[in-house]
Amino acid sequence: MTSVAVPLRSRRGTLAAAVAFARRHVLTVYSLLFFAYLMLPIGVVIAFSFNDPKGRFNYTWQGFTWKNWEQWNAIPDLQSAIQLSLLIALIASIVATLLGTLVALALVRYGFRGRAATNLLVFLPLSTPEIVLGASLLTLFLNLTSVLPIGFWTILIAHIMFCISFAVVTVKARLIGFDRHLEEAAMDLGANELTTFTKVTLPLIAPAILAALLLCFAISIDDFVVTYFNAGNRVTFPIFVWGAARVATPPQINVIGTAIFVVAVTLMLANVVFQNRRAKQA
Amino acid sequence: MRVFHRKRWLTPYLLLAPGMLWLALFFLVPLGFLFYQSLESGNIDFGYAFTWAWGNYSSAIRSYRGQFERSFEYAGIATVVAFLVSYPVAYWIAFRGGRWKNLLLLFIVAPFFVTYLIRTLAWETILSDNGFVVRILHDIGVLSPGGRLLATGTAVVAGITYNFLPFMALPLYVSLEQIDQRLIEAAEDLYASRWAAFIRVTFPLSLPGVVAGTLLTFIPAAGDFINAELLGSPTNHMIGNVIESKYKELLDYPAAASMSFILMAIILAMILLYARAVGTEQLTG
Repeated sequence: MTSVAVPLRSRRGTLAAAVAFARRHVLTVYSLLFFAYLMLPIGVVIAFSFNDPKGRFNYTWQGFTWKNWEQWNAIPDLQSAIQLSLLIALIASIVATLLGTLVALALVRYGFRGRAATNLLVFLPLSTPEIVLGASLLTLFLNLTSVLPIGFWTILIAHIMFCISFAVVTVKARLIGFDRHLEEAAMDLGANELTTFTKVTLPLIAPAILAALLLCFAISIDDFVVTYFNAGNRVTFPIFVWGAARVATPPQINVIGTAIFVVAVTLMLANVVFQNRRAKQA
Repeated sequence: MRVFHRKRWLTPYLLLAPGMLWLALFFLVPLGFLFYQSLESGNIDFGYAFTWAWGNYSSAIRSYRGQFERSFEYAGIATVVAFLVSYPVAYWIAFRGGRWKNLLLLFIVAPFFVTYLIRTLAWETILSDNGFVVRILHDIGVLSPGGRLLATGTAVVAGITYNFLPFMALPLYVSLEQIDQRLIEAAEDLYASRWAAFIRVTFPLSLPGVVAGTLLTFIPAAGDFINAELLGSPTNHMIGNVIESKYKELLDYPAAASMSFILMAIILAMILLYARAVGTEQLTG
């Protein structure tokens, strides 16, 4: 009775559904394992910011303490290193995003001689290993020491340089998907080029500009290799960590690492929530 | 604004000028200086002089062939592993992520929010001799007693793979997410099995992401020296370590410059080969 009651087609359907179910879950389980692997070192960084190490190195778990967070700046030079990193990242991201946005506008909006060369010049820094970028800039700066001592300004110049390409790529992606009819409509309604730009174009590409700013800030504050070559005796946060890794790793390094992580993730989460809400409204 | 109207052809150049000038001055010119320096000879005490010393190049290759080969070997393995590990996840997010897509992407880039050096130091902790990974591997017999992970090539490759993984996963996700689902449905309607549909429709359509991800992972990996320094031993040193020590410690600038150029030339040659295979538009966007 049962075999008659269940038509052949649907039984095969159930089997296929079961196989599909299993297959789907294999992928899901795998993906969850992947995320666990991705989060593992982050968990270690956060956990060891609460560690109470006995020796100079913060590599084995000794016991829980709030001490490192309460005395986050107890390590000499750590606070000034963070301040320098923040200042460089702030200026570099603003300047690079400004320059990059202009380049992106030219590339997407205008036909001009030298487009291919421009694209190439934007692409090349992205495809050059950081160590070559750092070494070549140092070679230049070593020849300019009389006018431009190696230090704050050389770090800043370097950071703006490697951020520009990222800014161009980010803003360009948004401009390509941009409906030009909107601008034409504004012009038809009597707006001049400047008004059209500030009232129509700019608000529409604002999310991309913000994304470029954040990306440049993140890349700048995290940069070690290029900075290491061009910092002279100035110490940014990554350079501080590098120096510490050889002699002693105070848990305060993990405190700062955790703090940067939490701030960045909060910003990104806010962005995700904001975009989801906007998508729902649309 | 008047000016813009009359000389419209000038506008793009005015927009380009500041950014391109910056890149020309601080990217192209330095490369020129680097090239010049790579042909100098002498020593740090008496100074270096330009002598068309092409010998720097051949002696760099002769003396550091092992490190060059190791760089490309480690970077190659790391790129392949990163691809194999992250493709299924990118696929999962793109096709099954639903409304969680953005959140899951945030997880993918999360490692980037921890300072590069700090996350590498975290791997040093995880892979250390009394860490849980080594203990488990001892218990199940993968590692012989006394065998270690830290200061081995495996640890260096593992570190590189982890550190550049988001560079692989993100472009893969972007290209998979852009695929028109109807094409896959059409393939299945035409009696392609799921596997056949994947091999002949989905995967080829995701190739731009594979290309971008491979380059974005391989290029920084080949020039890296941080993973080899923190997770490896001197026998695992890559060409990046040699360039770093020649520049920062030994002050042997011509040797370091010529090695930088060889590294860049090999990488550019590889990109060009890739570009010929897939078309330049996909590379430069």
